Amino acid sequence: MSEPLSQRAATATPPVLAHRIRGLSDRAIAWIFVAPTIALLLAVNIFPLIWTIRLSLTNYRSNRPNAPVKWVGLENYQKILHDPDIWNTFQVTAHFLIWTLVLQVLLGFGLAYLINKKFRGNDLWTTIIVLPMMLSPAVVGNFWTFLYQPQIGLFNYVIAFFTGADPSSFSMIGDVGLAPWAIVIVDTWMWTPFVMLICLAGLRSIPPSIYEAAECDRASKWRQFWTITLPMVLPFLMLAVLFRGIENFKMFDLVVQLTGGGPGSTTELTSINLKREAFEKWRTGYASAYAVILFVTVFGLASIYVKALNKVKDR
Amino acid sequence: MSAVSVTVPSRRQKWIAGTVVIIYALVTIMPLLWIIATGFKTPSDAISYPPKVIFQPSLEGYVNLFTTRSRVAPDTLAALGEPTTWYDRIVRQYDMVITGPSRYGARFLNSVIIGFGSTFLSVFLGTIAAYAFSRFKVPLKDDLMFFVLSTRMMPPIAVAIPIFLMYRQLGLSDTHLGMILLYTAVNLSLSVWLLKGFIDEIPVEYEEAALIDGYTRFQAFVKVVLPQAATGIASTAIFCLIFAWNEYAFAVLLTSGIAQTAPPFIPTIIGTGGKDWPAVAAGATLFLLPVMVFTILLRRHLLRGITFGAVRK
Repeated sequence: MSEPLSQRAATATPPVLAHRIRGLSDRAIAWIFVAPTIALLLAVNIFPLIWTIRLSLTNYRSNRPNAPVKWVGLENYQKILHDPDIWNTFQVTAHFLIWTLVLQVLLGFGLAYLINKKFRGNDLWTTIIVLPMMLSPAVVGNFWTFLYQPQIGLFNYVIAFFTGADPSSFSMIGDVGLAPWAIVIVDTWMWTPFVMLICLAGLRSIPPSIYEAAECDRASKWRQFWTITLPMVLPFLMLAVLFRGIENFKMFDLVVQLTGGGPGSTTELTSINLKREAFEKWRTGYASAYAVILFVTVFGLASIYVKALNKVKDR
Repeated sequence: MSAVSVTVPSRRQKWIAGTVVIIYALVTIMPLLWIIATGFKTPSDAISYPPKVIFQPSLEGYVNLFTTRSRVAPDTLAALGEPTTWYDRIVRQYDMVITGPSRYGARFLNSVIIGFGSTFLSVFLGTIAAYAFSRFKVPLKDDLMFFVLSTRMMPPIAVAIPIFLMYRQLGLSDTHLGMILLYTAVNLSLSVWLLKGFIDEIPVEYEEAALIDGYTRFQAFVKVVLPQAATGIASTAIFCLIFAWNEYAFAVLLTSGIAQTAPPFIPTIIGTGGKDWPAVAAGATLFLLPVMVFTILLRRHLLRGITFGAVRK
């Protein structure tokens, strides 16, 4: 088959002339199209990151911009790693992360499994379940403090109704023992649909022929679940955990509105603690070192996890 | 044994699954319905025990949301004569008069300006970058794509420290432009990844045909690729808009007045003598409803959006 006329003409035309005729070269377009994105990300992400690393080696305080800035080397990092308060916030964060992930995976997978039974109207109910996750965490978190009010709050009323306890006898966000669970409950309420949607995609990706084959081999439903359903959904589930893990490690808006880190520091997640150091105590240098540690942690954990995820996918 | 496929759930299974899911859905929607209902309660109904499910609807919450009021002496009030409007009448019950508009309208407008401004920019930049990543050999493509995504792993508070200092130097603190640029940068990771997925799905043959027909590369992009990617661009735009609309951490740290958006403002609404929950709920309702509508419109693309295009279904 001969080449189209236009193409033959194009290859025969000298490059300089072709450039003028056809406008910009692909290479130039590629650069022009990518450059603004990279430039903006460099300005708003990478430049600040480098600045943060620089600040982390100083004793700079942003509420005193004219005070002399002293170079302190790695002192900030040392201080942070020996600060019991910071280890406390790491524990609080770990409690929050582990329980929200466990509950959201169980509930999310369970719901997806049930929705995948394709009962009538499952589309409508799925959309309703998804709603909380799309809303502003700060605004919703703020309203949850109203639901959590002792006596008048709806949450307390419902719990009291089913357990017979006095609705004014417990305060979800005022009690040291209950507050860590109060934030887990709201986060689970909000983000279970996220895990659910991803699991649902996983379940729907399993070809029915596999189950038919298993049925022919007389594999029990129980065995089919453990040898087909779960392994096939696992990569999806792991992806959901990755997203939720990163998001909840960074968690700020929902919890700061719900409890503000209190009572005491029982719900003071790392981001809330960091905000306190940077924007209330104005220890900018110290907070910068803290921010670098957080970034390295989340980046490191995520990289290891992605490797594991790829292994599961390849299997 | 019936003749139908063994993989189709039985009627009983469907019935049980449906019941459990519907119960979960009803429980999960309760807080949202409660927000909407509280907005139409009077302050005393809102804090009554037991919580009132059936009540006389009132627009007090909405009146309080949009106005500032002050208490006046009874004789002054009498001298004012009969209230002329329905909202005056509501306020007068409490021996108060309306003294002016509240700041809610301005904060809501800020959310609209910053939300739409940053959405437009991030979708525009995202579309052209995604096209380049999708169609051309960009050096270090995978590294750049990962770099774009990694910017999402930073906790916003950590990013906010240098941004706060940088904006203070540049005079961008508490400005619309500053917030638009910041949200654009944050949303770029989402828009580039999502749009690359959408553009990857458009067959290259369409453009090749256009190029052979004498279109320049740029014309082919505008006249062939863009119309094909329209649905993808629209749903990406809605995701960017929802993010910017909901964002709180940057907004609370970098804005205080002129450019403050609604999320940091709504929790600060207070009444006289205790928190005015109906006004807060009214403000939340107006703020959350658009997102609920968008969620319903977007439901087919939802999964793709929330996973940055990693799961397509």
